Amino acid sequence: MENDVVLTMRGICKSFPNVKALDHVDFTLRKGRIHALMGENGAGKSTLIKVLTGVYSMDEGEIRIDGIEDAIHIRSPQEAQNFGISTVYQEITLCPNLTVAENMFIGRSPGKTVDWKTMEKKAGELLDNLGIPARPKQQLGSCSLAVQQMVAIARAVDTECKVLILDEPTSSLDENEVEMLFRLMRDLRERGVGIIFVTHFLEQVYEVSDDITVLRNGELVGEYEVKDLPQVELVAKMIGKDLEELSVIKGRDKGADEQAEMLYEAEGLSSSESRPFDFHIAKGEVNGFTGLLGSGRSESVRAIFGADPVTGGKTSIEGKAVRINKPLDAMRNGIGYLAEDRKGDGIIADLSVRDNIILALQVIRGIGHPFSRAQAEAFADEYIKALDIKTASKDTPVGSLSGGNQQKVILARWLLTHPKYLILDEPTRGIDVGTKTEIQKLVIKLAEEGMGITFISSEIEEMLRTCSRLIVMRDRNIVGELRGDELTQERVMRTIAGGGN
Amino acid sequence: MNSRENRTPDRRREPITDTQLLLTITICIFVFMYGLAMLVWGGGFLKPQMLFDLLNDNAFLIIISCGLTIVMITGSIDISVGGVTALVAMVGVMILNGSFGPFVKLQEALGLPDGARIVFALVMALLIGLAYGLVQGYLIAFLEIQPFIITLAGMFFARGMITIISVDPQKAPQDLMDVLQTRIEIPWLGSPNKKGVIIPARMEIGVVIALVIVLLVFILLRKMQLGRHFYAVGGNRQSALMLGVNVRRTRFMAHLICGTLAGIAGFVFMMHTGAGNATNATAAEMNAIASSIIGGTLLTGGVGNVAGTLFGVLTLSTIKSIVTTSGLRDPWWQSITTGAMLCFFILLQSVVLMRRHKGGSR
Repeated sequence: MENDVVLTMRGICKSFPNVKALDHVDFTLRKGRIHALMGENGAGKSTLIKVLTGVYSMDEGEIRIDGIEDAIHIRSPQEAQNFGISTVYQEITLCPNLTVAENMFIGRSPGKTVDWKTMEKKAGELLDNLGIPARPKQQLGSCSLAVQQMVAIARAVDTECKVLILDEPTSSLDENEVEMLFRLMRDLRERGVGIIFVTHFLEQVYEVSDDITVLRNGELVGEYEVKDLPQVELVAKMIGKDLEELSVIKGRDKGADEQAEMLYEAEGLSSSESRPFDFHIAKGEVNGFTGLLGSGRSESVRAIFGADPVTGGKTSIEGKAVRINKPLDAMRNGIGYLAEDRKGDGIIADLSVRDNIILALQVIRGIGHPFSRAQAEAFADEYIKALDIKTASKDTPVGSLSGGNQQKVILARWLLTHPKYLILDEPTRGIDVGTKTEIQKLVIKLAEEGMGITFISSEIEEMLRTCSRLIVMRDRNIVGELRGDELTQERVMRTIAGGGN
Repeated sequence: MNSRENRTPDRRREPITDTQLLLTITICIFVFMYGLAMLVWGGGFLKPQMLFDLLNDNAFLIIISCGLTIVMITGSIDISVGGVTALVAMVGVMILNGSFGPFVKLQEALGLPDGARIVFALVMALLIGLAYGLVQGYLIAFLEIQPFIITLAGMFFARGMITIISVDPQKAPQDLMDVLQTRIEIPWLGSPNKKGVIIPARMEIGVVIALVIVLLVFILLRKMQLGRHFYAVGGNRQSALMLGVNVRRTRFMAHLICGTLAGIAGFVFMMHTGAGNATNATAAEMNAIASSIIGGTLLTGGVGNVAGTLFGVLTLSTIKSIVTTSGLRDPWWQSITTGAMLCFFILLQSVVLMRRHKGGSR
C-alpha cells in the first residue's frame, strides 16, 4: 500500500498576516487514484494547492514525492512542474493573445528557439487524442472558456506528470464537457497518475473520486475513502455541524396569484447581447432564469438592468413606463443586480468592506452628497451584523475576504439601497455550503417582505428549492416557463434539452 | 461528440491573429499614403531618394522604436530612450573631438590613430545603453516599481547629464565625420538631376544597422523562446507565471534590450548629425511610442510586431514630409497632423479589434 504513495505532505503550516491558513495539515496521494480535496471557502484548500505548486512557500512541514529520496522544496510553479506536479486552475491561466499550441508548450520547451512546426504538430495530435475542439494555430482568445480550460488540461496532461491538480476545473463547463473531462480523468487514473480534484460540486466528487480529504479552518478533519463517507456526512464534516433541512425554505408561488401586484414588466426587451424577450415579476415573487451556460440567461438579466446597451423594448415598474438604458437608471428605479462575475463586476478589491457596502447607495445619492464617516460606519456595522460577514474590520480590503464573504458584501451593498427588485446572478457560485443556505434563506425572507427577486444558478436543484417560477432558456431564446408541479429536476432538464413535450 | 470528423484542422486556413491584422492595416495605410503623396505632390516623392532620405533621417528612430515595441509587448513602457540617445550622441561627439581627457590619454598610451576614437565612442554608446537597461530593468522587473516613473526619472537624468558634460553644443571633427557618414550608393535607384546627370540613391550606414536590428528583433520575437515570453508576459502576467515563464527575467530582458538599443540609436544619431546638443532627439521617445502604436503594438501589451513598427516609423515620417511639402512649414503643423493621425490610428485599431472580438467570442 505504502509503495503506491506518490506524494506526501506532512505537518504543513502557512500563516498570513492575521490568519493561520494551514495548521499542521497532512495529505497523501496514491498512484492511480482521484483524491478530492474538500472544505468550505477559507478552509485552506487553495493555500494547500498553492504551497504544493510553489506559489506560496510553507512556513513548516515537509513534502515528499515518489522517486526522490529527500524532502523537496518547491520554490516556483516551474520547479513544481519539474517535480512532475502539474496544475489546472479555476481561473484560466493561459495567455489569450497566444495561439493554442503556444499555450500548450510555452515555458516548458527546451532550448532557446521556437520550433513552430513540431510544436503545432504535437499540439494537434494531443488535441485530437483528447477530443478537444481547438486548432493549434487558433488564437486562444477566440476559443470559448470551456475549450480554453480543456487546453489548459491538455497542457498539464502532456507534461510527464505524476501529480495532476485540478482546481475547480468544472466550474465553467457544461454537462457534456464535464463528462468529457471525467472520461479524461479516469483515463489518466488508469495510466497511474495521481489526481487531486478540488471542487464545490458534491455530486461530482462522488462520481469520480476514490478518496476524500476534508479541511476545515486550515486544519485537517480527516482522510476517507469515498465509499465509507456518505454525502451527508461529508457536508457535516466540511461545515462542522449537521446540515439544516433545506427543503423547507421554498417560497410561495406569488406569480400564480392573480391578486399579486405587478412589479416589473418588459415587452420585447433586447440588448446588444440578448434577443428580444418578454418578462414580468410580481411583488414578493422569486423566479429564475435557467438554461445551459451560454443559453443567454445572464444576458437577459443584464438587459433588464441595462448592463449591456439596451436596443429596444418597453419596460415598466409598478405599471409606470420607464426607460432603463444604463445601470444607474435601473438603480434609480429600485433595481439591484448582483453580477455573475464577482471579481470583474462586483467587488472593488482594494476598497474596504465599508466603502464597498455603501457604494451603490452613494452612487444613487450622487457624488455631490457624500455620506459622513459616522453614517457609513453605521451602515457597514448594520449589514456586517445582519449578514454575518466575517471580516477582521470594516476597513479590511474586500479582496482579502473569502469568496462567500465577498459575495455577502455585494449583497449588503444592494440591500442597503432597499431595492424593490433584486437580481441575483449566480450568487452562490464558488461559495461554501453553509453560506449557500444562508443566502437562499435570505432570498426567501426578502421575498416575503415584498421584494421581487430573480435568481440564477447553475445548480438546478438550488433553483428548484428557491424559485416559484422558472424561465427556461435555450440558444438565447426563452423556450418554456415552469411553475408549481412542473418544477421537478427531470422536467427542467427536458425543457432545457428540448424536443420533450 | 465525434468532433474529429466535423473538422479538418490542417486544411482550414486559420483566421489571422490580432498582431497580423494590425500589421496588415499599417502596411496598407503606408502604401496608400505614399502612393497618394506620389500622385498629388509628385516631385520629390517620385524619386527613390525620398524614401532613402526618410530612412537616413529616421534610422535612429527605427532602432529606438524596436526597443519600445519589445517593452510595450511586455506591457511596460520606457520613456528614457530619447534622453539616452541624446546623451550617447553628446558623449560620442566629445570623444570624437577629443574633449574627454581619459580617452585622449588612452589613445596616446596605446598609440592609436584618431580613427580609434570611433571605436571608443561605439563602446561607450553600448555601455551607456547597457547600463540604462540594467538599472531600469532591475528596478522595474525585480523591485516592481512602475516603469513609467523609473524611466521618467531616467529621462530627466540623461537630459541633465548632457548639460553637465557640456553646456555648449559640440561638433565632431570633419575628418572623422567623413568616415562615419560614408554612404552606400545604389546607382540603379538613382534619378537624374537638373542637368540630366544620374545621381545615385544614397543610404547611410545607420540605415543598414537599423534594418539589421529590425531583422534581429523580428527573429527574436518570432523564433526565440524569449520573444514568445515577451508576448506571454504582456498577454497576462499572472498566467505567464503559472505557465512557467520566468516573468521577472523576461521583463528585465525587455528593458535591457530596449536600453541597449537606445545606446546604439544614439551612436547612429551621432553618425547622422555629428553634433552633440542638449536638445538632440527631443521627444524621440514620444515619436517611438507613436510609431509602435501606428505599427500595431498595443499599449496594453501582448500584441505587436516589429515589422509594423518599421512601417510605423515610415508612416509617421511620411506624414511629416507631406505636411512640409504641402507648404505648411511651421513646425506645429507637423505636431498637429501627427496627433490627428495617431488619434485616427488608435480609433481604427480599436474599432477593428472590437468588431472582430464581438463576432469571435459571442
